[in-house]
Amino acid sequence: MSKYKVNLKINNIPVSVDEGTSILEAARTLNFTIPTLCHHDDLCVAGNCRVCVVEQKGNRVLPAACATPVSEGMEIMTNSLKVRQARKHVVELLLSEHNADCTKCFKNGSCELQDMSNDYRIGDHVFLDLVKDRERVKDISSPSIEKDDSKCIRCQRCVRTCADLQAVSALAVTHKGNEMKISTFLDKPMNDVVCTNCGQCINRCPTAALTERNYIDEVFDAIYDPKKFVVVQTAPATRVAIGEEFGMKPGTRVTGKMVTALRRLGFDKVLDTDFTADLTIMEEGTELLTRLKEALVEGKEVALPMLTSCSPGWIKFQEHLYPEFLDNLSTCKSPQQMFGPLAKTYYAEKVNKNPADMVVVSIMPCTAKKFEAERPEMRGSGYKDVDYVLTTRELGMMIHQAGIDFQKLEDERYDNILGESTGAAVIFGTTGGVMEAALRTAYEIVTGKEVPFTNLNIKPVRGMEGIKEASVKIKDVKPEWSFLEGVELNVAIAHGLANAKVVMDKIKDGSANYHFVEVMGCPSGCIGGGGQPMPTNMEIRKQRAAGIYEEDEGLTIRKSHENPEVQEIYQSFLHEPLGHRSHDLLHTHYVPRKRH
Amino acid sequence: MEKKIKKVDLIFGKVDYLDILDKSLQRSRDEIILDVIDSGLRGRGGAGFPTGLKWKFAKNEEADQKYVICNADEGEPGTFKDREILTEAPEKVLAGMALCGYCIGATEGYIYLRMEYNFLLPQLHEQIDAFNKQMKERNFEFTIFIRSGSGAYVCGEETALMESMEGKRGEPRNKPPFPTSQGYLGKPTSVNNVETLVFALMIAKEGPTKFKEMGTFDSRGSKVFSVSGDTPTPGIYELELGMTLEQFVEEFGDGDTKAVQVGGASGFCVARKHFKETLIGFEGIPTGGSMMIFNSTRSMYNILHDYLEFMEEESCGQCTPCRVGCQQLLKGIEAVKKGNKQPSYLEELQKLSDTMRIASKCGLGQSVPNPFNSIINNFREEIIY
Amino acid sequence: MTRIEEFVKEQAEKHGRDRNSLMPILQAVVQSERFLSEEAMVAVATELDLSTADVFGTATFYTFMDTFPRGKNIIRICKTITCHMKGKDAIVDTLEDMLKIKLGQTTTDGKFSLLQANCLGWCHKGPVMLINDEVYPEITPEKAVEVVSKYLKKG
Repeated sequence: MSKYKVNLKINNIPVSVDEGTSILEAARTLNFTIPTLCHHDDLCVAGNCRVCVVEQKGNRVLPAACATPVSEGMEIMTNSLKVRQARKHVVELLLSEHNADCTKCFKNGSCELQDMSNDYRIGDHVFLDLVKDRERVKDISSPSIEKDDSKCIRCQRCVRTCADLQAVSALAVTHKGNEMKISTFLDKPMNDVVCTNCGQCINRCPTAALTERNYIDEVFDAIYDPKKFVVVQTAPATRVAIGEEFGMKPGTRVTGKMVTALRRLGFDKVLDTDFTADLTIMEEGTELLTRLKEALVEGKEVALPMLTSCSPGWIKFQEHLYPEFLDNLSTCKSPQQMFGPLAKTYYAEKVNKNPADMVVVSIMPCTAKKFEAERPEMRGSGYKDVDYVLTTRELGMMIHQAGIDFQKLEDERYDNILGESTGAAVIFGTTGGVMEAALRTAYEIVTGKEVPFTNLNIKPVRGMEGIKEASVKIKDVKPEWSFLEGVELNVAIAHGLANAKVVMDKIKDGSANYHFVEVMGCPSGCIGGGGQPMPTNMEIRKQRAAGIYEEDEGLTIRKSHENPEVQEIYQSFLHEPLGHRSHDLLHTHYVPRKRH
Repeated sequence: MEKKIKKVDLIFGKVDYLDILDKSLQRSRDEIILDVIDSGLRGRGGAGFPTGLKWKFAKNEEADQKYVICNADEGEPGTFKDREILTEAPEKVLAGMALCGYCIGATEGYIYLRMEYNFLLPQLHEQIDAFNKQMKERNFEFTIFIRSGSGAYVCGEETALMESMEGKRGEPRNKPPFPTSQGYLGKPTSVNNVETLVFALMIAKEGPTKFKEMGTFDSRGSKVFSVSGDTPTPGIYELELGMTLEQFVEEFGDGDTKAVQVGGASGFCVARKHFKETLIGFEGIPTGGSMMIFNSTRSMYNILHDYLEFMEEESCGQCTPCRVGCQQLLKGIEAVKKGNKQPSYLEELQKLSDTMRIASKCGLGQSVPNPFNSIINNFREEIIY
Repeated sequence: MTRIEEFVKEQAEKHGRDRNSLMPILQAVVQSERFLSEEAMVAVATELDLSTADVFGTATFYTFMDTFPRGKNIIRICKTITCHMKGKDAIVDTLEDMLKIKLGQTTTDGKFSLLQANCLGWCHKGPVMLINDEVYPEITPEKAVEVVSKYLKKG
């Protein structure tokens, strides 16, 4: 931005920062933390909670540090008596309209309001309790997200998330004055509105007003039910994030510890969604090549660009907002939902279990996966394919509850059959990963050669830019793919639904000429998923992404088609990508939903 | 009584507004702005920002589009003068807008009219059409539009008003940026009260001196007052500034005045014992025009309760001190009255109101302490017992 | 297209489809229908490419934009301080008796809703009553009955 420097004093210490910097950011450079609630690094400025007020010399009122840019000669006090009194009052006021049943609360110990109350040693309630006069209705209509208004402090982070990051606006600020609240269209239940279940609102909610629907008890019940054979699958992005639940640095790779912990929790088999991620590449890559062939050779009306279908938040977004483009979505189920039916058919047979006695549990960075597992079409095995979906956070809670000292665990390996995977599968966890994995395989199928990028790292599709575009020129193809000779394959990658909307609008108005588009519903992809540890911000997500790419580089097999278990399943069970069995078990269809 | 209150007729008197505009368009913009600054005119909606300065700031901004907004969202309890001005002298308001447009370089003007005054619309539309035509005939590019509110007091706050015009909830914005640099649709905007615009026109007509000579150092000129409550002569009066409350009550009271609420629900309550030393104006107690007179039969508890109920409902609700603070003050005095809280709880509430004054996002929350503290300080017994 | 959808479309064409046309469009619907129905809000959201939650959130901010059915005639009695002092309670009582409804309710025939409002800007002529856009200052219980009776006759 601007290069002009502004000089000011914060707590009597001179500091020089770029013009346009907020007081909050300027204070950070001096290692002063000003408390915040409505502020979030991912979101636009609100300035409405007023916890961050500071004293400014010569100003009658206390400006909000998050919303006030620095100016020349400014003198700021971040902890004067006036500030302390005002800040304490603000926290007390928030508590007075907050259902502070902390010991019984799902967010006990991870609530920003509770922390603040603790920091300021708010003792007895000075002010009147405003909660008890209000009707308390907790919305548990959604299989993914619970909404409890009695916990809401009206910071509007969720509203800004839903609007600015996700372009959905299922949540809005409604009413005014003492009746102002965060609600949906006509106060409808969350399950009846355009909510994509992405859970980004949960990730940014400072209290327990928005939480995931948790299934911890159900899963423990299954584990301790002697009649049940409980298998668990873990999504790629969980292994670089779960460590945060135990105080480890974001991006720390704890795959082996996670496997050990799952075994100690009592799961009968610990398997990997990464296996079905590799399988997804086989199916989706083949689907793309088939569509291209149909379009280029047979001149058929084929829906292009093909859009990825791994992200259930994105799928529901598409169903609500762009139902006319449902044919463009790959028919591939997400890796979670490919795993479920294979576990209850192929795997059940291999391990000689009755699928009726099997329970499939997923550990996902995602809240939308909870909804996805409930979709009526997800019963390819003849049973509910995936029984319970837990977020990374819920798994963290289970490990805590079981008294497992996660940091000290030895590494163990996944069980085999549906446990083997490649680097290509791991990178599904971050934006650009599916695209990179697909290119590694498709290019090789078509040309017989590895993708022309150093060390298989397709850098142009990596990084945190909201929308990435790339072109790959296909050269020296095998005879059976001659129609692709010289074709420039145009791809795009979007993460976060607001970016997805931009891409979709370009596709809709014809200004983009893509063949293949990867979309992940959450900012930065699954590593930034709605079920991941909190807090979240760009820095944390970059560290998780770095962990993902390290994991990939550390693996010997880094191309999905080289996964021996994948080769085995095609040989003995599926026979070929897009084959009859694949169609029954691994592919799905979508339903148009209303925008409003 | 030192002197009788002087009645003035700058606002309602008929003038040849086209002549004033024609002559003004011959002058330089800076010259007119300097006159407005020199006159000492301050915003008549209540906040009292120097009008000339506002115009100067807006004028100095570089932008492809600028706007003039006439704030006719008169919602302050006890204020009804803008309705009267729009009824009696609408052409002067429109001309004031055009003058502002000329000075700051705006080609569009909007009147934001509160919905409660919708009955004025047919007549205003006619006048605006005629006025727009007159401007066109002069080759002066300035078009006026009218927009309605829908029942939200806080939209009188200028940034909330612009949010509302942009089709959003009328929630006040963070400042800076100020409207003169980023206002309606992000463009430099001068938002002026109805009455302010007419005074500006009159200053353009007569020069700054006549206006400046009236009133006091900080409160120049005259002001339209809305007088209501326990008075034999409720109504609208343009009076020279600089009078004391004693003089005012002498003129308008019913002989039994116990207190006057100056400045509406967001203003101050002055008890009889302070009438003599209280100047009405920026040196003393400023008002956007609202003067509510209470005689000894009135319960100050009821009055405070009404004000707080009003604020609790009309707060936009976005910022904590105002949204929750208003509820706590209201429920707090109820609790004290019922004996559920000790009288000393009022001191806790007064401390809270001090926080609201300095920590709220906009003028609404910041001014709730005005009636609260002034009524409690003057009539503590009435609140408790 | 339903009648409401057509009406909203007309309004969108008249005022434009930018966000800053939202208020005039919603106001036109309220003017015509007395409230914003689900159907109307969906139509507005569709025309302006907004989310319905956003439309609902905006509408509920404004006291005069009801999102549930109101009577053909909306009576609003000013409740703020001076009108309170000058006897608005008696007006409310009288009209409650006359219309056989409580504050906030609508008559079963859908002809009247009886509401209170914050300051209507007629403090010198309180108590004041607004019926739709018509103002009735210095109202007495007798005058209130007389005025409402006229609306009753008009149907």
